[in-house]
Amino acid sequence: MRAFGYIPVREPAEAVRAVRRAPGAAFIAGGTDLLNLMRDGAQRHEHLVDINRLDLASITDSTRGLRIGGLARMRQVAEHRSVRENFPVLAEALEASASPQVRNMATIGGNLLQRTRCGYFRDAASPCNKRTPGSGCPALEGWNRGHAVLGGSEHCIAVHPSDLAVALLALDAVVHLLGPDGPRHVPMDGFHLRPGQAPHVDTVLRPAELITAVEVPRRTTAVRSRYLKLRDRATFEFAVVSVAAVLELRGDRVRDVRLAFGGIATTPWRSPEAEAVLRGAPLTVDAIERAGRALVREAVPRRHNGFKVALVQRALVELLSGLGGLR
Amino acid sequence: MPDPSRPARAYTRRTVLKSAAVTTAGTALSPAVALAGATAPSVIAPGESAEIALSVNGREHVLTVEPRVTLLDALRERLGLTGTKKGCDRGECGACTVLVDGERVKACLTLAVMRQGSDITTVEGLADGDRLHPVQEAFIRHDAFQCGACTSGQVMSAVACIREGHAGTEAEIREWMSGNLCRCACYQNIVTAVADAAREVGR
Repeated sequence: MRAFGYIPVREPAEAVRAVRRAPGAAFIAGGTDLLNLMRDGAQRHEHLVDINRLDLASITDSTRGLRIGGLARMRQVAEHRSVRENFPVLAEALEASASPQVRNMATIGGNLLQRTRCGYFRDAASPCNKRTPGSGCPALEGWNRGHAVLGGSEHCIAVHPSDLAVALLALDAVVHLLGPDGPRHVPMDGFHLRPGQAPHVDTVLRPAELITAVEVPRRTTAVRSRYLKLRDRATFEFAVVSVAAVLELRGDRVRDVRLAFGGIATTPWRSPEAEAVLRGAPLTVDAIERAGRALVREAVPRRHNGFKVALVQRALVELLSGLGGLR
Repeated sequence: MPDPSRPARAYTRRTVLKSAAVTTAGTALSPAVALAGATAPSVIAPGESAEIALSVNGREHVLTVEPRVTLLDALRERLGLTGTKKGCDRGECGACTVLVDGERVKACLTLAVMRQGSDITTVEGLADGDRLHPVQEAFIRHDAFQCGACTSGQVMSAVACIREGHAGTEAEIREWMSGNLCRCACYQNIVTAVADAAREVGR
């Protein structure tokens, strides 16, 4: 790892100021992704601003919903009583992520900002438009088994790796930020950006902006929610395909449903098309299969990742039929 | 169960051999002095080193590090505590698992400067004198290793896994020990050892 300076801070505004002023500065919280990126030369920073002492780790539960501090650790959120009771999809997504050790370290804010696991991005010797804009994308014609079938561009097809982000997207969560111009908030739907012409920009975050909290609105529907993650091994692995579903039934009909997907797209992927097929309809395997087809209508499979198109549809059937009591 | 956060009184052949390194690289000093440094970490310029205080196995150490020194390298290379192993050095194998404030973490994925003021427990701090920790004893009893490279990480992870209440069934142990890889594939015996130690600790 190249040398860098270290700036410990105590207040959020001080943290933002430090990252804005110090050359080549970045926040460090858990460090579980950042340090590997710096070791690999995929990211370089002249200064790290240590935000672990900021008072942003608490989780508060109110009638409006859940407010999770940006520095809450993954384990802390997964173990929180209200998360387990009222937002099971969130606890399931967190416990399906990484390893117990990493979940003790990694923060909620950092999880949303983790970078793609695309091997070309992580390998500083490969061209990569996300790491070095304009250098090219070897994944398009190269080894792309793990890559996106939705949301890609001719510049990048790397998948966003977060399970948490997929669950938060299905829960209509909102990200709270503090930047040099003050606080603002951004819905999860729109927080992550598709690569388009600028794959090096992952999110709407502006320079020196800090994630202070994530708010999850309270809805009765979230009690019936689940996360299904399919991987190449049983555990401690990133998703090949994942589905987060929040389902509300009235009788046998779907009153409301919110569906988000991981592993198949360049961003955590919400599918209004699939939701529209199901909303108001009786919940049947046939209806879920139609929703699955709507989800993948625009899919652009590549040489090695075509199986994801079929797999994600089956995952949706598996998850929703279980959640809806069809079997 | 002995409290792993209390001062280590165990001196193995290795810690005796390494004690020279400890005294040259890190100086033990009174907790009050170390704590004063620990509560107010200071700014370190790029390329510069600074003195930091780390509390390891109940002893306060002062050492001089650059910000880029991981907790793992600080333990092994500066404090001579080589019980914590470096496997992948990127958070994938779990060989470097230590407890920080009682929670298991991967020492390769955190910086020493970030752990000022925390209580760190390594495998050297588990035994109570000559009396091994129940998890260590269970690993020996069940032959839960072959080459041993992953063992201290497995043991530290198992101590936390049991304390978290995640050692109820074989399936649960396999899931909650998944952050620790064993290239010799001694998983069956590791799982048996963790289950046995969990029963022991629970008694």
